[in-house]
Amino acid sequence: MMEIGRVVQEARGIKSFFFKNYINCKPGQFVMVWLPGVDEKPMAVSYWKKNEFAFTSSAIGNFTKALNMLKKGDKVGIRGPYGNSFSLKQNACVVGGGVGMASVSALIDALKNPVVINGARSKEHLIYRKRYKNKNMIVTTDDGSYGRKGFTTAALDEVLLKNKTIRIVYVCGPEIMIKNVLEICNKHRIECEASLERYMSCGFGICGKCMINDRILCIDGPIFNSRQISKLSEFGKFARLKSGKKVTIKEYHSVNA
Amino acid sequence: MLQTKLCNIKLKNPTILASGILGVTKESIGRIGKSGAGAVTLKSLCHEERLGNANPAMFSDDGAFLNAVGLPGQGIDSAVKEFQRLDNLSVPVIGSIYGYRIKQFGIVAKKMASLKPSMIEVDISCPHLDYGKPYYADTQLTAEVTKVVKKNAGRIPVSIKLSPNVYDIKEIAHAAEKAGADAITAINTATAMAIDVDARKPVLANKIGGLSGPALKPIALRCVYEIYETVKIPIIGTGGVTYGKDALEMIMAGSTCVGIGSGIYYRGIGIFKKVCDEMEAWMRKNKVKSLKEIRGCAHD
Ligand SMILES: Cc1cc2nc3c(=O)[nH]c(=O)nc-3n(C[C@H](O)[C@H](O)[C@H](O)COP(=O)(O)O)c2cc1C
Repeated sequence: MMEIGRVVQEARGIKSFFFKNYINCKPGQFVMVWLPGVDEKPMAVSYWKKNEFAFTSSAIGNFTKALNMLKKGDKVGIRGPYGNSFSLKQNACVVGGGVGMASVSALIDALKNPVVINGARSKEHLIYRKRYKNKNMIVTTDDGSYGRKGFTTAALDEVLLKNKTIRIVYVCGPEIMIKNVLEICNKHRIECEASLERYMSCGFGICGKCMINDRILCIDGPIFNSRQISKLSEFGKFARLKSGKKVTIKEYHSVNA
Repeated sequence: MLQTKLCNIKLKNPTILASGILGVTKESIGRIGKSGAGAVTLKSLCHEERLGNANPAMFSDDGAFLNAVGLPGQGIDSAVKEFQRLDNLSVPVIGSIYGYRIKQFGIVAKKMASLKPSMIEVDISCPHLDYGKPYYADTQLTAEVTKVVKKNAGRIPVSIKLSPNVYDIKEIAHAAEKAGADAITAINTATAMAIDVDARKPVLANKIGGLSGPALKPIALRCVYEIYETVKIPIIGTGGVTYGKDALEMIMAGSTCVGIGSGIYYRGIGIFKKVCDEMEAWMRKNKVKSLKEIRGCAHD
């Protein structure tokens, strides 16, 4: 188990947990976080340095609510990192929706001057505003309480229209947003890599619960490029519950929320 | 060199994906088939949808792999809708089933049979589910379950999957054979535990789980060896097969096919091809032309 070194409040209900430990991790990978007696869940590594890493968690369900009660000095089980990683191409635009930003933030830190589009429902849900104040960052909020009013997709469309040097878009957020981002990228003929999410149990490719078509999300993903996603007929439509039953994305989110 | 006949099923090689490792979705079958498995066993299904146990449900420590997934599954009715049929895929498929009550074994078997799998495997042996009665630990109960499934499986061959957590696995295998089983799958996991010293608690949310992977192999070999001396029906030797050498050991102990599950954790989905290549290399070196020549050769 690892000891929490510090806790940073990122937004309402969203905290980052820092550990003074080295893990051999590439941008886009995740760790499995264990709270004895509660549950174990995947968390994207959102900060990474030689001797420190963190993940960022939004208190939504049982597990994340218990997690967000923890303080400096408390211990959690960490295994991993697992999964594949982003390709690290320069001249990039990185799009994060809500806490999806946490899956692309280690990537942002690893890239040279990417354009960052950071979207949230409202100002109080926005994360990493200060962390990236020196970056070329466009902030959008659905309600206009901070930055531009509207969705990340509209901002991306504009960026790609104006900035012809961008060669790749990296994205993580709600699946519907990823779907729209992919469409915009296809329209502009720009490559895209997205970090996807499915219910996960083992994290190392054994249990078969996180499958999306014939891909095992935890080891073949979580990062997939536009070409790979175009072959996934379940993308944007279906996901599997904890039992393995295939349901619509909408039902999946209503159960997993 | 590796072609194998299991009951009436022709396999391109004796490696079979064990139940519960991947094998949850229809599309995973094609993927495992393409990667070289001779046959694919589906994750066990019962009469209802089950979420399984809380996480952590899996743990590995060097050669020991532990799980207490608690038989999650979409349930046979939902699976029948998803799979539609199992006889038109690129590899032979074995449908794994179970129930809580004996009657349910029959109901699930009938629905599974409607999908036309190459074989039906009966999981009477999961160590971390309260059946009410331990079907795997009693000759009478094993026989009853076998008969009910046979009656509902039509012409599809039936394999009974045994547990090592018994005093005498020979008498259970014998009971299954006498009740009409066409094959024996041996073995399921052995009950086990892992403790985290920092947490000072068991790692698995269910506390007790099942041991698989390399640490299970010597137990599996012993079981297959004993069963081979007791029954005439073919055995699917399962437990800790990771390298070609392990598969050869299983076959020398008397198994017809070898199940591979946790091995995927250690060597990836490519394990089926790797194990086959390693078996063939040994066979060429030792001038063995077919597996028949060495099957059961460890016996006097
Ligand atoms: C994660 C996991 C889930 C399993 N689920 C099932 C199951 O649903 N039905 C079953 O008959 N066996 C199940 N098993 C047991 C395996 O099929 C196999 O008998 C056992 O793991 C030993 O083989 P191995 O060492 O190659 O994994 C499961 C094993 C593991 C590791």
